[in-house]
Amino acid sequence: MQTCLYASHIDAGGKMVDFSGWQMPIHYGSQIEEHIAVRQHAGVFDVSHMTVIDVTGKDATTFLRHLLANDVVKLSRVGQALYSAMLDERGGIIDDLMVYRGPDGYRLVVNCGTREKDLVWLQTAAAGFDVLVEEAPHLAILAVQGPKAMDLLGTALTPHQAHALAELKPFECAFSGQDMIARTGYTGELGAELILAADAACALWDRLRALGVKPAGLGARDTLRLEAGLNLYGSDMDEQVTPSACNLSWTVVHNGRDFIGEKALLAEKEAGGDRRLIGVVMTDRGVLRAGHPIVSGGREVGVITSGAFSPSLQRGIGFARIEGANELKAPLLAVIRGREMPVLGVTLPFVRRGKACFKPLV
Amino acid sequence: MAEVRDDVRYLATHEWVKLEADGSVVVGISDHAQDALGDVVFVELPEIGTSFVQGSEMAVVESVKAASDIYAPVSGVVVACNSALEDAPETVNDSPYDAGWFVRLTPDDPSSIESLLSPDAYQALCDDETR
Repeated sequence: MQTCLYASHIDAGGKMVDFSGWQMPIHYGSQIEEHIAVRQHAGVFDVSHMTVIDVTGKDATTFLRHLLANDVVKLSRVGQALYSAMLDERGGIIDDLMVYRGPDGYRLVVNCGTREKDLVWLQTAAAGFDVLVEEAPHLAILAVQGPKAMDLLGTALTPHQAHALAELKPFECAFSGQDMIARTGYTGELGAELILAADAACALWDRLRALGVKPAGLGARDTLRLEAGLNLYGSDMDEQVTPSACNLSWTVVHNGRDFIGEKALLAEKEAGGDRRLIGVVMTDRGVLRAGHPIVSGGREVGVITSGAFSPSLQRGIGFARIEGANELKAPLLAVIRGREMPVLGVTLPFVRRGKACFKPLV
Repeated sequence: MAEVRDDVRYLATHEWVKLEADGSVVVGISDHAQDALGDVVFVELPEIGTSFVQGSEMAVVESVKAASDIYAPVSGVVVACNSALEDAPETVNDSPYDAGWFVRLTPDDPSSIESLLSPDAYQALCDDETR
């Protein structure tokens, strides 16, 4: 499958790879250059492969309060957004997603690879609720991120859109028919995500490029989100782990509304257990990658779930799932291709506004 | 299309080898290889004076995608390494056949380079891989 921007990617020199059945650009020459462009200037990502689902109807709010671990009642006004995990009855994570409150209900943006699973789950869970769950497959999604993103978007958008954007605070959104503009993102930089019809998205992409916004591919998207401490479904989260093991406890709200998985999470809290996701930074040359064991005191205490070379920090970074996080003691080692390399366990995020902001955990 | 230089020989593992006038051989990775690897972030080079048997692991190139071993194309002794790659690993991507060279060896048997892949044979191999 191809997004409506496929020709634009080829024109920009995109190196196309298969991503869950979609032909997507991994980079346009150098993922490191694209990463740096987003941190220092502005980059544009085509994320149209992601899944947009509109939830409308009388019971939309009640339904989502039951479905999601975060509480959509927090979206007290139209034009607000939040991030949530969607759990099964065991508290395992089915997906992570953004929820945007619109004038007619809610718009969910879920992952590409989990599309079919999520749609089935949603339709099943919606039984008994007066809601309509409808995928919007014909819309494109652009993310424009970086210190110059807001300025350049202001120039590239129509006056009506630019005005709507200028009114938004972070985590706010504006709808216009099927279109949506939101001050959300996956990079840790200021910027916006725009859901638009295909031809409008292509035209916007061209205008942004003409203004010097750099096309950025999936490679840069991954290193940017990792630096920003943001999880990737399939790597850092899956159905075998609960939010507390994924650095997502902050997204879970227990207030007696009984969401799917709540009982399991409460039982997990009762039982104690300190399986956690932490940041890891290399102190020597080398790159952390998913699957590298973490060793402390001669024992394996965890494993890297996501790893990459951080262009902002010029060193390897990663997330590690650690058992016994409360008893974690330095020094930590990562086993990389048979060698034990010293690493630091650190807080997340690694980088804020382009600068290191992590602190050692032990 | 990746560049295949016609004044060097190749390994199926995408190293290039150049026989110099002084009898030494210089080793690097091909344009096809650097393109497949993506941005190079670290290069691990051997100590000068180390000897290698043909086909053994001689160096490591770590890119954003993965770490890859670089194999000794001929048996020989390391006489020089491109230490500039320590601070500028991206040189491997920018100039794989020139500034991005890895290692210079004194070969045990200079004629052994002739049994390596010719530029045409290497091009054919790359075409097959790309298909």
